[in-house]
This record gives sequence, C-alpha cells and structure tokens, in this order.
Amino acid sequence: MELFSAREVSKSFVNHRALDNVSMSVPEKSIYGLLGPNGAGKTTLIRIINQITAPDTGEIRLNGRNLKPDDIYRIGYMPEERGLYKKMKVGEQALYFARLKGLDKKTAMKRLRHWFEKFEIQSWWNKKVEELSKGMQQKVQFIITILHEPELLIFDEPFSGFDPINTNLLKNEITGIRDRGATIIFSTHNMGSVEELCDHITLINNSKSVIEGPVNGIRDQFKLDIYRIGFEGDAQKLYDVLSPAYEVLELTGGRAGHHARIKVHSKSTENVLLKLLMPHFHITSFTEEIPSMNDIFIDLVQQKTKVNN
Amino acid sequence: MTAKTSIVIAREYLTRVRKKSFIIMTIIGPILFAAVIIGPAWFATLEDREVRVVAVIDSSKLFIGHLPETDYLRFEYLENTTVEELRENFDDTDYYAVLYIAHIIASTPSAVQLMSDRQPGMNIRMHIANALEKELERQKLAAYDIEDIDRILESVRTRVSIRTIIWQDDGGEKESFSELAMIVGYVGGFLIYFFIFLFGAQVMRGVIEEKSSRVVEIIVSSIRPFQLMLGKIVGIGLVGLTQFLLWVVLSFVLVVVSQQLFFPDIGTPSSETVVAEELFTSGTLQQSHPVADDSHDRFGEMFASISSINFGVMLLSFLFYFLGGYLLYASLFAAIGSAVDNETDTQQFMLPITIPLIISIIVMMNAIMNPYGPIAFWFSLIPFTSPIIMMARIPFGVPFWEVALSAGLLVATFIFTTWLAGKIYRTGILMYGKKVNYRELWKWIRYTG
Repeated sequence: MELFSAREVSKSFVNHRALDNVSMSVPEKSIYGLLGPNGAGKTTLIRIINQITAPDTGEIRLNGRNLKPDDIYRIGYMPEERGLYKKMKVGEQALYFARLKGLDKKTAMKRLRHWFEKFEIQSWWNKKVEELSKGMQQKVQFIITILHEPELLIFDEPFSGFDPINTNLLKNEITGIRDRGATIIFSTHNMGSVEELCDHITLINNSKSVIEGPVNGIRDQFKLDIYRIGFEGDAQKLYDVLSPAYEVLELTGGRAGHHARIKVHSKSTENVLLKLLMPHFHITSFTEEIPSMNDIFIDLVQQKTKVNN
Repeated sequence: MTAKTSIVIAREYLTRVRKKSFIIMTIIGPILFAAVIIGPAWFATLEDREVRVVAVIDSSKLFIGHLPETDYLRFEYLENTTVEELRENFDDTDYYAVLYIAHIIASTPSAVQLMSDRQPGMNIRMHIANALEKELERQKLAAYDIEDIDRILESVRTRVSIRTIIWQDDGGEKESFSELAMIVGYVGGFLIYFFIFLFGAQVMRGVIEEKSSRVVEIIVSSIRPFQLMLGKIVGIGLVGLTQFLLWVVLSFVLVVVSQQLFFPDIGTPSSETVVAEELFTSGTLQQSHPVADDSHDRFGEMFASISSINFGVMLLSFLFYFLGGYLLYASLFAAIGSAVDNETDTQQFMLPITIPLIISIIVMMNAIMNPYGPIAFWFSLIPFTSPIIMMARIPFGVPFWEVALSAGLLVATFIFTTWLAGKIYRTGILMYGKKVNYRELWKWIRYTG
C-alpha cells in the first residue's frame, strides 16, 4: 500500500528550477530515503510535502487523496537545521510545538512525560535550550517531531551532531516508530545509514529524480558482475582454467589460501563460474560484490555532472 | 486556524511579560515619570535652603537698605571697600557674589555688575534686577512728589489672566486651557512614538530570532506564515498595552505617594483653594480686590483645567491610535525582519520606516502650537503620521469627522500594510544567505505560490 506519492512535481523560483518533474512513491510502513547532493532540491520537496510552499505543477497525495491543509497534523518534520527557541525552557517549548501540532494540553503533557522518561531527560524540563549541548537539543527536537504521532515522518539529516551511542538510540527509535505503523521519509548524505535503514530510495540530482526504487533492486541494478572467491590450490592455474569471458582483477594470497576478484564479461551465472573452478580448486568462499549505496551515489551524481559538462 | 494564532499570541505575550527587562521597565518607567513631575519642584526646594549673602557696593548710594531680602538671599552693604579689594579676598569671605552699582545708575541702567567666582543663579540675577528696577521706579516717581502715590500705584496695578473659551456647536461654552492641552498632547503623541518604536523593533527582533535560529521552519510546518506573523504582532502589541496600563496605574500611585511625602501641604485641596477656585470660576477680578495670592490662583486654575480634559476620551483615543499606529508599523517591521539574516542588515530597510516617525515628532511640535493649522490637519489624516499628530491634537478638541476620517484611513492602511508585509514575510522567512534589496522585495510581493 502506498501512503504518500508525488507525481510529476515541478517548482520554479524566480531564477532557477528547484524541482523538475519529480515523482516518488512511498510505501506504507517503510523507511524511504530521499537522497541527493546539496542544492539538488530535497529541501524544496520536503517543504512542499509540509505545505510550506506549494508546487507549480504536479500532485502530492497522502493516503490516496490530494494533500489538504489539515494533513499537517499527520506529518512530523525534523529539519536539518535544528530550530528551537534558545531562551525558552525545554518543557514549555515542547508543549508549545505540540499544541501547534493540534494536541491539547493534557495529552501533550502525558506524552511528553513519557518521552522525557524514556530518554531520561526529565531534569531538562526547566532548563533553557541554550544551556543544553547540541546533541541534547537534538533529542528534544526529536521528541517534538514525533509527539503528535504522525503517520508520515520526515527526518532531514537526523543523525548529524549525535555521538554513536545516541545515533544508535535514535536509529532504534526510528525503526520502532516504523514498526508501530508510521512511514518515514529520511533525507541524508550518510549512505551507511541508508543501507542500514531504508527500504526504498529516490535520488535527486539537479532538480530531477535520477533513480527510484527499492534499495536492494538498485544495488542489484548497479552490480558490476564481480565475484570474490577464496580458494586453495595452485593460483597460477586460475588463468588457464578461465576463458577470456572472465577477467581476473586481483589475485592475492599465500600458504593459507588465495583470494581473487573476478569480473564476468559475458552473461553468466554464479553456477557456471563455480563449475569451471570446482574441478581444480578447493573453494572456501564465494560472494558477489554488491556496490555500496555510497558508490552508486557518487557514480550517479558524477555521471550526471559529466553529461552536463 | 484562529485557535493556533492564539497559541502563538499566548507564547509571544507570556515569554515577554515574564522577562526581567519587562519587569524592570515597568518599575523604572513610572519612577522616571514621577521624577519628571516631582523632581524639578523638589530640587527647587532643596536649592533654596542655602542662604546666600551678596555684598553690595553702591556708589550711587540710592539702594542702601532698600533691596528686598528673601529667606535665602541676604544683602550686605559695604561702604569702605572697593571691588578690587573684595576680589582679592573673595575666597576668604562667605559672599556668594558682589553687586556693584555705579553712581550713574539713574541715567545708565546698565551700570550694574554682579560678580562672582561662579555663574550666579538666574533667579538671583532676576531678583536683583527686579528689585533695582522697582526701587528706581519708586524713587523717580517720588521725585514728582505726588500725593498718595503708594495708594494710587496699588489701585492701578492689575493682573490680567486670559481665559480661552471655545464655543460649542450646541451653543454651550467650554473653557480650554492651552498649556495643559499642549502638555497632554505632547505626552500622548510622544508616548505613541515611543511605543511604536519600542514594540515595533521587538517584533522585528522576534522575527529575526525565529529566522536565524531556524525555529520558523518548524513552526511553518504547523501553521501558516501569516498566522505566525499576526500572532507575533498581536502578542507583542498586548505586551505594549500591558506595559502602558501598568505605567499609568503605577505612575499615578507614585505621584500621589511622593506628593504626600515631599509636599504634604498641597496634596489635598485645602479650604483656601476651594475659595480660590470659586473666585476663579466666578471669573471676576474686582478692582478693589488686591491681586489674588499667586499660589491660590494657580491651584484654582489647575483644578479647573485638569477637569477640562476629558480623560476618558484621551485614554480611548490613545489606545486606538497606539494600536492603529503599532499595527501599521509592526507589520512593516516584521517584513524587514523576515527579509534579513541578522540585525545588522536591517539598516537599509529601516530608513523608510523611521523617516515618517521622525517627521511626525517634528510636525507634532508645530501641531501643538497650532492645532488647527493646515500642517496639523493634513498630517493628522496621513496614516503614517496620524497616530502621533492626531493624538497631539485631540486634547485641543478635534471635529468628529476629522477623527473618523483619520481613524478610517489608519485602519484601511494597516490592513493593507499587514497584507503586504505578509507577502514579503512568507517568502523572506525561508530565504537564507541572500542579500536582499528593494527589487527583490518587489518580486516577493508579486510572487504567488
């Protein structure tokens, strides 16, 4: 089931086009990565989803119908640049934002108490925000974002400024929220966390959607047909055994065993390669190299730039 | 929609009235006002306590023993000393000053010198000049040898005081007191000027704070930018009203209390002043009646004139023009705040806002001197200056249609400026790192989206 979708969304500002026919489809209860280099148009898209600005053309749908003003209560947004009133007390401030998101005072207080206990930050309630460290402020911001229990959550670079322990805590919370039924759009440059968390992604570059789909599918699509093989036996024989369709990129090893990276040029399967090798070597490991999201990201963005130049 | 604006209003209001600076201002303001009212009188009484002795060297020998002394001013007539001798030993004497009267005084009135090692007080100089004039006059008149001269002089001396009466349309009469109307008009106009600047700047700073701390991004994902702007303007306006009302109450209490402390005898109207008031209101100064005691007369005038000002009307029109002027300017201040990244960038946009306000203050001086002149009339209609100018004119009595027209124009204009500011604000608050100029602002106004 699709919770959110954008269809052919375009948006121009006075002298540049921020979004050009961007489409995306976010499945329900998934974590969806919105990727792209700085200035690609991610923030504009997020602002459109939040109804901060309206698209020039295109459709935005939530739950299968067009976005309407009241939908802001069903969306939670944590912007990249954290925004809190520095001179305002933490508790008061959290309550203020909760009420702006439509919660009544009583419910807001109850939920705030729950989250402050969960994060063990009850003692911050009467502190001014400026007294907190950056990481502490992020926690407060996170609570503010999710307090009204939105169906759709948008996190823009949620882990920046967090230490590893708090990053983990936050990751667990985000997956926890997803497991409880919310859908998450996750905008980041941190490809490690994309692989770890995201089910689907869209990559935006130069205002255009460059690629969209499930993370696994995209990584498959960018496979270079390179296999890593661990084996024992006479390594030199490798060159004789393999036909010209196979290229040995790298060969390392010693007494304990050898490792080779082999690129397959023709359409072939793992089994064909294994069949070729098995009579001659004792195979200890066999894996296909799957490109990291990081590589794909860099690849796509640079390719685009090259084309443009 | 309105419920959310009221949440914003509540935050803007509460965070400000709980600030230390607000509480300090609330307390200091009335103390300053009271000091301005009570201070000069109190200082005057303080200064007069010192007894000053002026040495008199009178070569003309006309005035010896004739200069009138007061409780704090004595004269000592020296016969066998010269000015030079006195000057040399001046530090060893206790004299405040030396008065030298040349013998040609009768023919050359400027042949008088008051010498001291510091600037002699103006009141002393005036007292001496006055005394010399009177004494010379008396002696010259005496030279004509007229019988009963003192009695004649007494009976011809008349003090004139002008009462100004305004004929009402309904045929009635109203007594006006220009001086008091001027003071009330001036204070009212100036307060509006002060409040617009003070709280308008607060709106601007608030917008800049939200923009630079990026809070605005979160808020506008919950409410419309226009609601946020309106909430801020209204919230801060209420802070201004609260401050004003607290000032009025506290100033009143302070003035009454300090009057009781410093001038216990004039705080309550005595039977004498009631008599004086009767005398005053009866409006007849009989010739046979000697000049009424100055202080009694002034009390009567004060009572009558204070009651001539309609404080209900004053308060209502102050509140209206304060709110109207504030709403007009605050929305412009908000637009400026939204267009810049920090306070130092506000300069270029501040000028067009500051100029009409400063013009208002200058025109106000003219308006309280000549409240029905064309300058006062036109500037009290122009919405950018009317809050201050009309406020200054109202104590003098302004025809209803003028007030209604000026009020209507003001309301229409602040609706327009708020709408305009909303358009700039909506784009500005989400725009970072861009040097904005007027052309850019114009684009934002025309921009729909």
